[in-house]
Amino acid sequence: MTKDLMVRLEVQCLLDLYIDVIDNDRLEEWPALFVEDCLYEIIPRENEDMGLPAPVMRCDNQRMLRDRVISLRNANIFSPQTYRHFLSGLVIQSVSDAEIAFTSNYLVINSNQAGQSFVYQTGRYLGGLVVTAEGWRFSRLRCIFETSRVQTLLAIPI
Amino acid sequence: MGDISTDLEKRFSVAEFPKGDGSRVPYKVFSSQDVYDREQERIYRGPTWNFLGLEDEVKSPGDFKSTFIGDTPVVLTRTEDGELAAWVNRCAHRGAMVCRLARGNAKSHDCVYHQWSYDTRGNLLGVPFRRGQKGAEGMPKDFKPANHGLRQLRVQNYRGLVFATFSDSVVDFLDYVGPDMAGFIDRIFHKPVEYLGCTRQFSNSNWKLYLENVKDPYHASLLHLFHTTFNIFRVGMKAHCQTDNIDGLHSIILAIKEQENTGDAYKEQNIRSYDEGFSLEDDSILALVPEFDVLATNHIQPIFPQLVIQQIHNTLVARQLLPKGPNNFELIFHFFGYADDTVELRALRVKQANLVGPAGYISMEDTEATELVQQGTVRDGNAHSVIEMARDAPEQKNTLITENLIRSFWKGYQKLMDLPTTKTDGEHGA
Ligand code: FES
Ligand SMILES: [Fe+2]
Repeated sequence: MTKDLMVRLEVQCLLDLYIDVIDNDRLEEWPALFVEDCLYEIIPRENEDMGLPAPVMRCDNQRMLRDRVISLRNANIFSPQTYRHFLSGLVIQSVSDAEIAFTSNYLVINSNQAGQSFVYQTGRYLGGLVVTAEGWRFSRLRCIFETSRVQTLLAIPI
Repeated sequence: MGDISTDLEKRFSVAEFPKGDGSRVPYKVFSSQDVYDREQERIYRGPTWNFLGLEDEVKSPGDFKSTFIGDTPVVLTRTEDGELAAWVNRCAHRGAMVCRLARGNAKSHDCVYHQWSYDTRGNLLGVPFRRGQKGAEGMPKDFKPANHGLRQLRVQNYRGLVFATFSDSVVDFLDYVGPDMAGFIDRIFHKPVEYLGCTRQFSNSNWKLYLENVKDPYHASLLHLFHTTFNIFRVGMKAHCQTDNIDGLHSIILAIKEQENTGDAYKEQNIRSYDEGFSLEDDSILALVPEFDVLATNHIQPIFPQLVIQQIHNTLVARQLLPKGPNNFELIFHFFGYADDTVELRALRVKQANLVGPAGYISMEDTEATELVQQGTVRDGNAHSVIEMARDAPEQKNTLITENLIRSFWKGYQKLMDLPTTKTDGEHGA
């Protein structure tokens, strides 16, 4: 029981840090929450369910995550907005020496400059954690979402 | 009988163009309900071929896909004998949507309300209690199921792209787009394709703002700073921009790769886009595996009214553009590859999906821009845009610094919509 609880706390801690970094505009810290050889993907559930690969965003290493951040800080143009993530239903799927596998629901509320907040995306995370010298990191995080009609654009990671 | 003067008045009240050359567009065409309703009749239900999807999305007999022509719900099916069919998704009984699923496979389509049943072509197969039951009379003797099918549409499949039309008189698809545009479609659709899934983007702006955008090479390096920030695409690159030479509604922009670095043009003009400070840590996203006759980084080809064919590097997309009322549109990016892709090339196409779609490095700003126009113009329907770039060089095709394609589009639109030009050639409303 204690071991299960510890695993759960490790996953929860990393997810909380992840949310803190994105929702409070510290995106430069976001790539370091992943290992170098990682997978980060945002994909509509309709594709996932049909076994089709077309993603909204897909980074298959940490360098691509850093490129995303550089691009959205310097190249991409979009109006100021703020996410707030809400997570529920965390389930630890498996624990091995190699990886902790988990799934969790997420809800992202987006607020714009006019002060409107709306449901921007709901879906579930499918993820994996591995332990590194710096602590626990994501080896993979896939965001499989049902809000398939992305409102206007998606610049900030989910 | 309406007389000619009231008909004219009605046309003028819908919208009038200050000039007839497509260089002045009254903003009300982007937000007026009257204009929108007229578009549904004259464009989407008029003499146009409307993109429904890729043939590969309905591979097997019975496969179906729900989609739209304009804002009319329609269903694309593969029939038992392997043909393609499409029908309006409105029950012939009392109007319920018959097909309620986005995709699936079915031998027949049954309306849930009273279970009228239709075959994959939309013919009425059966009506419950048609012959009555236990003293109930049933349908009248003169009721003929053959007269009460779903509204069936003409369908044409061009190299794996499926189009449908309400019109009995519109010319075949190939004549509709003309030989030049067909040649550019063939450039991409020269061998069988495979559907890889879709992504969707919803914008609070009018659908024609998106069409303007994909006919506007002028904005590419100015709005999309990814190009210049990471040194991908420059003004001065070899370009080819042309229309169909019919009504100017279809067009192509090709950006052809050449080695010469043209960054100096930006430095001199001191445009904000120029920045030599950044490079990508993983630049495989910008790989360009040669697979076409002309080595182009961008192929952007709107086939009016609801398709944009796109090749950007090695990522291939058929974008379906759907109006959702005057103030909104939806874009559905249908990603595809070729049936004979190697594993590596298929992986590259998926990786380069990062370039396009709602989170696309070099496309996400488009909806931002169209929404800014919507917000800026909604209260000023009688004011108009000023579309002048390269107006004195209507035949010039080899530059990206042009608005020729947009002017051609508006001329074709004005004709198809039968909207008048203001008699006095003034600048009022500006
Ligand atoms: S409305 Fe379809 S069966 Fe009655
Ligand atoms: Fe664009």
